[in-house]
Amino acid sequence: MSYITKPKVAYAGLNKNKLGLTIRNYEGGMSTLCAGCGHDSITAALIQACFELNIPPERAAKMSGIGCSSKTPAYFLNAAHGINAVHGRMPAIATGANAANRNLYYIGVSGDGDSLSIGLGPFAHSIRRNLNMLYIIENNGVYGLTKGQFSASADMGSTTPKGQLNQQPPIDPVLLALSLGGSFVARSFSGDKEQLVPLIKAGLTHKGFALLDVISPCVTFNDHQGSTKSYAYTRAHSHETIHTDFIPHADEIKVEYDEGAVVPVQLHDGSQILLRKVDPDYNPKDPGDAISYIQHHHEKGEIVTGLLYLDDNARDLHAVANTTDQPLTELSYDKLCPGAKALEDVFEAYR
Amino acid sequence: MHKTEKDRLNDFVIRLANVNGTGSATANSLLMKSIFRMGIPVVAKNFFPSNIQGLPTWYEIRISKDGYVSHTGRVDLMVAMNAQTYIQDRDDVSPGGYLLYDSSWPRGDKLARDDITLLGIPLSKMCNEAFTDARERILMKNVGYVGAVAALIEIDMNVVRGQLQKTFANKEQLMAANLRAMQLGYDYAKEHFDCPLPIRVKAMDKTDDYMMIDGNTAAALGCVYAGATFAAWYPITPSTSLMDAFARYCERYRKDSDSGENRYCIVQAEDELAAIGMVIGASWTGARAFTSTSGPGISLMTEFLGFAYYAEIPAVIFDVQRGGPSTGLPTRTQQADLLACAYASHGDTRHVLLFPANPEECFYFGAEAFDLAERLQTPVIVLSDLDIGMNEWMCPRLKWDESYQPDRGKIISTEELEKLEDFYRYEDKDGDGICYRTYPGMHPKGAYFTRGSGHNRYGGYTEDPVEYQEVLDRLLRKARTARKLVPKSVVLKRRGATSGIIAIGSSDGAVREALDRLDKPMDYLRIRGFPFGHEVQKFIDAHEQIFVVEQNRDAQLRSLLTVELDVNKRKLVSVLHYDGFPIGADHVVDGINDALKQESAA
Ligand SMILES: Cc1ncc(C[n+]2csc(CCOP(=O)(O)OP(=O)(O)O)c2C)c(N)n1
Ligand code: SF4
Ligand SMILES: [Mg+2]
Repeated sequence: MSYITKPKVAYAGLNKNKLGLTIRNYEGGMSTLCAGCGHDSITAALIQACFELNIPPERAAKMSGIGCSSKTPAYFLNAAHGINAVHGRMPAIATGANAANRNLYYIGVSGDGDSLSIGLGPFAHSIRRNLNMLYIIENNGVYGLTKGQFSASADMGSTTPKGQLNQQPPIDPVLLALSLGGSFVARSFSGDKEQLVPLIKAGLTHKGFALLDVISPCVTFNDHQGSTKSYAYTRAHSHETIHTDFIPHADEIKVEYDEGAVVPVQLHDGSQILLRKVDPDYNPKDPGDAISYIQHHHEKGEIVTGLLYLDDNARDLHAVANTTDQPLTELSYDKLCPGAKALEDVFEAYR
Repeated sequence: MHKTEKDRLNDFVIRLANVNGTGSATANSLLMKSIFRMGIPVVAKNFFPSNIQGLPTWYEIRISKDGYVSHTGRVDLMVAMNAQTYIQDRDDVSPGGYLLYDSSWPRGDKLARDDITLLGIPLSKMCNEAFTDARERILMKNVGYVGAVAALIEIDMNVVRGQLQKTFANKEQLMAANLRAMQLGYDYAKEHFDCPLPIRVKAMDKTDDYMMIDGNTAAALGCVYAGATFAAWYPITPSTSLMDAFARYCERYRKDSDSGENRYCIVQAEDELAAIGMVIGASWTGARAFTSTSGPGISLMTEFLGFAYYAEIPAVIFDVQRGGPSTGLPTRTQQADLLACAYASHGDTRHVLLFPANPEECFYFGAEAFDLAERLQTPVIVLSDLDIGMNEWMCPRLKWDESYQPDRGKIISTEELEKLEDFYRYEDKDGDGICYRTYPGMHPKGAYFTRGSGHNRYGGYTEDPVEYQEVLDRLLRKARTARKLVPKSVVLKRRGATSGIIAIGSSDGAVREALDRLDKPMDYLRIRGFPFGHEVQKFIDAHEQIFVVEQNRDAQLRSLLTVELDVNKRKLVSVLHYDGFPIGADHVVDGINDALKQESAA
């Protein structure tokens, strides 16, 4: 458990956003995850991003499945509704919720077990539907909550703390999303808040399915030498793409980044690493290029981070379903009932 | 075996044997509707294979002046249009009955059966001569036999023409071809046979305020009228036509006339797990949402059903039951999902069930299911079956009370939240086990966390034994409230009855007919909801012996009664039917008589 004490009263000098809210208004309950768990850093980034985006907290809907990662919606935005679905099936809940009320910010938080094994089906199909939501996978390569079994994202050759070897190829959610026509595909690292916050903001404002795969080390079961999802490994191998130009609402995000520069990143635990800006001609508008780029670097043992693909013209679930702009939940009954007279037509048709 | 007695005016069965995918459905429906429009009660049943083209399919029309609707097993007139099943079809004709067949080719000794009358009509030959197009030749054969049957049983040709007009409105050429083919059949029969046969129809006035509709269409209409805006589903026989109908009616009645936008959303999910998840998500957000499925889908949905039960989220599920277990008989009927639905999911769960018996109830229960789900904040499963869902039944004119407003249950409005000191999701303020809820997006004060993990009355996560158990116990209280809210049983009383029959759903027709034929007078209780209302216990207490009639092997309704109520098991005698065909009155009468006989012998 990480015991982060949170003073209940907001002290003077705490910044206010355009809604007059402080960052405290975006916090949630106290985390019960292990101290140093990557997931908690992502929670912090989520809080920051929602605060900066001036999202009215109650206009967000938090969704998750089951796992340590899926617990995180309880740790941010206390003033928003949240729902813990059953294991692996958050995308289904999100689909129905979004279909019914299109005017909320949907924030989904899942794990690699939740999304890539038991929930691979619903995950893939929510990408296909281009559901308008931010979907974060807190990817640690293990099942944290059930105590350290390999997940489907564990790399070949990685080992458990007890030395068991993973001999199956991993499922990379980023490659999967690209092949399924995902409209916003990004990757980051839980320890890289400077990159994470703008990516979350971009994902939240993207109209469509925004996948953000965040490597999030499990300090308890997957932060050892043989792990490819440890803090040490990720820091040594991550590889950032430029992305600033391609993010909608660019002015809100730009402040975080100096385009084209080598980015020094301050991690939440205080250490500092350099994420290199590479290939200035990288084009996040082409899924094929993105796939070969990622694979090319993967062969070199590098994890590419940043916004890897963006299509801001893709039609979302509502565009395809041609639903009214007004959320279905707000339609009054008189707009829904055909009236008694219509039953006369039915009667004639079935005579 | 039944016998076709000399004169069976307005009381006989026509069975039509066809090949799947040859366009016979339209012709058969035309025949049925014509008799119906002559004011004579009918019921139609389709016996079809799990296949798209080429396999045998049968359509049965029961004509019953008394309005009986159950499956009889008798065949007074067989229209044998499928060479593949010809022998079987011939053998299925009741002694004294008639067999109409296509005599275009020699049949040899296949015709041998001397206790029935053979009526050969060279339909193929006639159609081949009259039409040139290959497709037309096949299709018109169907209308040809309609004409012949019309002549044989004396259907009013003006009525047939009227129905045909309705089917082919605005398609003049088709209309003309159909009329021509029909006349060919009609004239041939008139010329070659002694028309009308002793089995024949005569106009009545018993169908004026009725239509012929299937339960799935009626249920879909119920959803439209209830104001359902979201539906998710995964295709499965025999429930698909429910969602098809919902889409059709939404297309007609739920399009914004200015923008052309939809005031509904239907998602074809990737599987049933997703379908129910989507429904729960939409309901959680505040929409009226439903899914339609059949047994295999229910099996997949169970984890989420338990979630919705425990997290207290409304959901409406139509289970159009088919033959189980496993894939079972996709195109046959059964009532075998009872236990799977009543306690679907692990842990202590108990769901609200509704049992419509016919399309009319599919409509009204279809709508009521949403009121109940939202009032009780829990899944409501409407247990229909293939017989009700996919067959055409006489259904009284459906009515809708214009003053109806959906019962959204206990919702705290934004204004109320503004005034409230604090809001806790699972507090039982009214003592009926039902708590207040809010929708996402309403107000910061209304926020709460919905979880399927252990929670306390405040909605917080808990593993505390007292807090956890308090919520489980309240859910029991809610079930007691549900018992009072589900539709009441229908009771039929007979003078002097000391025994009773209990049944649900589509067994109704067979039981009602059996009641008229049993030597001993019996009372009848048809259960329409679960948890069982108090009247069920009272009915059982008031009778010496109860026959529980149901369409499954394991006596699931009887089990449910013994588990949920205070009854002596021996008092409940099962009459079971589970071969995949709808239960008939004969089966009920024989079942009860056998049981009574055994008893007196013992
Ligand atoms: C149907 C079902 N099967 C198994 C489980 C047990 N279970 C809970 S969490 C979990 C794995 C979670 O892994 P992941 O999504 O990667 O989350 P993490 O804990 O690593 O953040 C499993 C297998 C469950 N809750 N439900
Ligand atoms: S077990 Fe791992 S994933 Fe779970 S809370 Fe602890 S560090 Fe995080
Ligand atoms: Mg994990």
